[in-house]
Amino acid sequence: MDIQFILYKIILIVAILLLSLMVAMYSTLAERKVAGFFQDRLGPNRAGIFGLLQPVADGLKLFMKEEFMPANADKVLYIMGPSLTMLVALLSSAVIPWGGTLIIAGREFALQVADVNIGVLYVFAVVSIGVYGIMIGGWASNNKYALMGSVRAASQMISYELAMSMSIVTIVMTTGSLSLNEIVTQQQGMHWNVFTQPIGFVVFLICAFAETNRAPFDLPECDSELIGGYHTEYSSMKLGFYLFSEYINMFISSAMIASLYFGGYDFPFMHDMGLSHNMVTLMGTAALFLKITFFGFLFMWIRWTLPRFRYDQLMRFGWKGLMPWAIANMVLTGFFYMLFKK
Amino acid sequence: MLSLYVFFFLSAVTLVSAVMVLLSKKPIHSVLYLTLTFFTLAGHYIMLNAQFLAVVHIIVYAGAIMVLFLFTVMLLNLNIEGEFQKSTVMKFVAAIAGGMIFLVLIGTLKSFDVTTVGDPSMTQIGLVKNLGKTLYSQYLMPFELSSILFLSAMVGAVMLGKKDKN
Repeated sequence: MDIQFILYKIILIVAILLLSLMVAMYSTLAERKVAGFFQDRLGPNRAGIFGLLQPVADGLKLFMKEEFMPANADKVLYIMGPSLTMLVALLSSAVIPWGGTLIIAGREFALQVADVNIGVLYVFAVVSIGVYGIMIGGWASNNKYALMGSVRAASQMISYELAMSMSIVTIVMTTGSLSLNEIVTQQQGMHWNVFTQPIGFVVFLICAFAETNRAPFDLPECDSELIGGYHTEYSSMKLGFYLFSEYINMFISSAMIASLYFGGYDFPFMHDMGLSHNMVTLMGTAALFLKITFFGFLFMWIRWTLPRFRYDQLMRFGWKGLMPWAIANMVLTGFFYMLFKK
Repeated sequence: MLSLYVFFFLSAVTLVSAVMVLLSKKPIHSVLYLTLTFFTLAGHYIMLNAQFLAVVHIIVYAGAIMVLFLFTVMLLNLNIEGEFQKSTVMKFVAAIAGGMIFLVLIGTLKSFDVTTVGDPSMTQIGLVKNLGKTLYSQYLMPFELSSILFLSAMVGAVMLGKKDKN
């Protein structure tokens, strides 16, 4: 624990934090551009060239809006709701390996904040506490639509968490480690988990959509039934936090999908091109971000293509559709693992 | 030295939030304070180098059980302050029952042999690899039996919750 190491970690944490916020900021623009593309219009193009200043303008607008708190709202919890959502959204970036190692002045530095040997469980824990911010916010608003929205969000997240965990368990079974770094390292050389775990991947992808409350699973903020869902009573930057954390969640989920199933920072012929160690690492990080961008686009693609589920359909799909597949996948993986990998 | 400060800070937060569970007027605040208590307990586990236990503690208690508590409190709308004022007899009985448990705790702790376990950061049993090996070799039978117990509890809950066909 020398000063160099601590300084490096602090720089890395700040960099990842800023990066997450930047990506989330431009995801809002990308979302509107993609929506425009799908609906055959241009999307925002007034602020800056190609609308590049649009997120800044949006942020400024949110800051300038009136802060409003409903009467009889629980003051502390009302403020805690969006803050918690933001905090939890940023938490899981700590265990994701953003690249290999950089060698600076003869010392090796990993591009990962914390290589804990319980990385996967840490992600489970963060996902499972993600529901608090929404529930607290929706309850504290003292509005029946907000309450309905948060109750929906909670039951949806609990239901899809199970199938999600089970699809990751299969990866833990084949990898033999709970460390995300280890999982990514074992996929190097194009041994991506998506080839051996196609069912698990599909289940995980669907659950990731449900966990981030994205369409077609955006029942908690279903405007035709619940006005705005859990953030009905929020205005100004508190609303901004809720909306913003959705994009951060999207970014982190894309990074998780890429790390768990698509080799993380692995790219073809990684070690055969005769590049220096640092160059390989930087290209690996670029490859990871390429994958993340693709999954971010997939999130938007599906949002602007599929209509919303009905609530009972959502629940039935989670419990009777995904769960059996996840369990079957787990049993099959165990079976084949015993058969071939002995 | 730093770990000592962290320990005292965690302990203080644990105790204060545990007491606040009882003192809060609104049930929803009690639930949230209890969640905070679970988080600080998980912090204690990490201090003892039991990472697996810590994270499972958060997943199971904070992530599942307390969310269900919160859910119930919200759905039943138990938001009226002072609704849980009990009669004098109830308070009397509750005080006696609570005092009994306190006595039992003191009795147990008095005869408890305090041993130093050495530096907790040196014990490796809390790490997931070692814990898994121990559970699946030395304690395989109890482990599997408890999983059957959980399964039967789950099936029982589903049976009780099922709508009556007649």
